Amino acid sequence: MWKFWRTTDPGLLRDVGLVCLADAIVGVSFGATTVAGGLPWWLPVAMSLLVFAGGAQFAAVGVVLAGGSPVAAVAAGALLNTRLFPYGLAVADVTAAGGRWWTRFIGAHVVTDESVAFALRATDPARRRAGFWLCGVALFAVWNVAVLLGVLAGGAVKNTGAFGLDATFPAVLLALAMPALADRRTRAAALCGGTAAVALTPFLPAGLPVLAGLAGLAAGWRRRRAGTSSAPSGVSSAAASGSAVSGSGVSGVSG
Amino acid sequence: MPLLAVAALAAMTYAFRIAGPLLRDRVTVPPAAERLFTSAAAVLLVALAATSALTTGHSFAGAARPLGVLVAGVLAARRVPFPVVVVAAAAVTALLRLAGLR
Repeated sequence: MWKFWRTTDPGLLRDVGLVCLADAIVGVSFGATTVAGGLPWWLPVAMSLLVFAGGAQFAAVGVVLAGGSPVAAVAAGALLNTRLFPYGLAVADVTAAGGRWWTRFIGAHVVTDESVAFALRATDPARRRAGFWLCGVALFAVWNVAVLLGVLAGGAVKNTGAFGLDATFPAVLLALAMPALADRRTRAAALCGGTAAVALTPFLPAGLPVLAGLAGLAAGWRRRRAGTSSAPSGVSSAAASGSAVSGSGVSGVSG
Repeated sequence: MPLLAVAALAAMTYAFRIAGPLLRDRVTVPPAAERLFTSAAAVLLVALAATSALTTGHSFAGAARPLGVLVAGVLAARRVPFPVVVVAAAAVTALLRLAGLR
């Protein structure tokens, strides 16, 4: 532990603090909107502890608030979290370090856009470790406290519509998608998918239009295969979101 | 959304997270597969954002919410920090409702 703190420079503490502050605001919003939408208080709390992935939490609750089935909600959340697999590969050396077998299993739970970004922005193994663990553990604590505060606030405020809280859900989802939309083909696919989902909403059971929107992927994907097969540009890999976090100090809410 | 669904999502999420560290010597993700999943996630996010911005149940949600989300989208595209985007969405929507727009 002492070795850990010696490698923790003030710049890292400040940047992790900024990321935590940003995610705290989003966490409060998540807790408040969820209970304001009529869902039980334990749902956002349990999700934040057990799932601990902001984007997936917003997506799953968004589907349920729209009247979708739990299966559709879980499918939406799980699809968003597939990106955690390559993230896990990217930080495998970090969570395995230290020689104890259980650090991997604890480390895995705090793999988020943010903690991976902090691991990737350093090359020195000790600094990679310090960045990952400091961000991961701090974010876990801050996110869960923030969601709880949001739950309490959301329960206390009577007319949440007047505060525009219902607009925060789609805003978060859109902002999360933004880095990947820099890729032209992904943007075309998302436009098709989004239009299809909205157009189908009056006719299909809730939750299905969004999953049907995935068909928009075929449009972008066919064009991608027809065009050059390169173009990794703009697609938000762990490295891309890493530069986003270290660049602006605040970014995604996967944590 | 029952507790079982939360548990299922949590289990799948943890499986995605732990698979990398456990398999790192044996697998690599093909770049094409990673791009496909990134695209799929973006399409899903946009579809969810669009439907939750524009509709309530099976009908139109009114103008205030989509306008707030639109402002947030413009800010996000300009790389404004995340919390500002979130607060702006709520603030614009709230102000429009205060002004009498539904």
